[in-house]
Amino acid sequence: MIRVALPHHLRTLASVGKEVELQIEGPTTLGAILDTLELQYPALRGTIRDHLTQKRRPFIRFFACGQDLSHEPPEAPLPDAVATGAEPFRVVGAMAGG
Amino acid sequence: MSGVRVLVGTRKGAFILTSDAKRERWDIGGPHFAGWEIYHLNGSSADPNRLYASQSTGWFGQLIQRSNDGGQTWEAMDNKFVYDGVPGTHQWYDGTQHPWEFKRVWRLEPSLTDPDTVYAGAEDAALFRSSDGGQTWQELPGLRDAKGHLWQPGGGGMCLHTILLDPSNPHRIFVAISAAGAFRTDDGGATWQPINRGLVSKYELPDATAEVGHCVHNLAMHPSRSGVLFMQKHWDVMRSDDAGESWREISGNLPSDFGFPIAVHAHEPNTIYVVPIKSDSEHFPPDGKLRVYRSRTGGNEWEALTNGLPQSDCYVNILRSAMAVDTLESCGIYFGTTGGQVYASADSGDSWKPIVRDLPAVLSVEVQTLP
Repeated sequence: MIRVALPHHLRTLASVGKEVELQIEGPTTLGAILDTLELQYPALRGTIRDHLTQKRRPFIRFFACGQDLSHEPPEAPLPDAVATGAEPFRVVGAMAGG
Repeated sequence: MSGVRVLVGTRKGAFILTSDAKRERWDIGGPHFAGWEIYHLNGSSADPNRLYASQSTGWFGQLIQRSNDGGQTWEAMDNKFVYDGVPGTHQWYDGTQHPWEFKRVWRLEPSLTDPDTVYAGAEDAALFRSSDGGQTWQELPGLRDAKGHLWQPGGGGMCLHTILLDPSNPHRIFVAISAAGAFRTDDGGATWQPINRGLVSKYELPDATAEVGHCVHNLAMHPSRSGVLFMQKHWDVMRSDDAGESWREISGNLPSDFGFPIAVHAHEPNTIYVVPIKSDSEHFPPDGKLRVYRSRTGGNEWEALTNGLPQSDCYVNILRSAMAVDTLESCGIYFGTTGGQVYASADSGDSWKPIVRDLPAVLSVEVQTLP
């Protein structure tokens, strides 16, 4: 079970609490988490990464286990603690003005 | 009993203001989508309970929301706006060509007859249409064939901000784009032509009378007389009596002919309203006096409407989509300011009162007259 922590506005949009839980088949990669998240919560499509390019939106960041994973490629494996659910994968809205 | 629903988009959410036909006591609903920019929300004239909202932020991009119950509940619809084919390039600020990139939806215009058909005006400028209530969007790419490579962003971006649907001709649509100009289709959106003859932009364009490139801020039309268009350009208030084939200036005695919105009285097709702003460098009313100007002669002769509006130390702006009218017997006029006030007049502009004073900066105001 993967835990994903979402920022306030995306929790409201997806009608979920602070964390959601995902079941991922295969390796726990950045791309697999985002694919599964969007499949389970279609309202989030386009809000974290671009519909067409699948690139992370500029003011979105990804963190887990104290590491900034924002620039990792989609196929990059995530830390074991994320894969086991011990630590959440965090989607964060960057601080960028009011 | 009839009433009015005022749909207000702000920098930090949407608000819905409701009143009975007297328009004296108001209920303030919201914020909806708190914390998000609501560039526009609009209702279907075919089904007044069907509303659409354009919701966005720099963080999470564009969302489209739909309500089937007059704004009590909302549902996120498709937010995938994809330009048709290879989008190509348009002119950039420095004169080079720049790729078309979707940024946000500035305007949502429901069909006059079908609640499930709605048009979306986008930045970078393009017109999209949904025929399934916002579940999917398709571009009408013929618009960008109207010399799109020469369009350029204005200060607010290259946005398609105005969509006028012709009530007497379902195949005719007018749109306006900053800074490209006004455009018209007569075949339902397949092909478009620039309609900018008579516009003069001597301070903004190398060729002051260019076919495209003019910074049109807003267009307005009376539904009974769809061949007559009124325009607030960057500078100049303009009028066309031939569906945009030609324009003439009607700024007349305005204290400044710079401004953003323009509106037409619901029952007097020759009565129009603008809010003069000092200049393109100073976006607030001249002399710190908030004055709506009304012409009852279709332009040129203007009178200041000040009763109830602040006449000193007022330095707000009124954005292009932030003025609208109701269709009650005594026509109501409404506008919102960047200071968060929404002013209303229930007597065609003779007197004004704030409905609400302290909202976030108002981006758009639309009015529904309810049966």
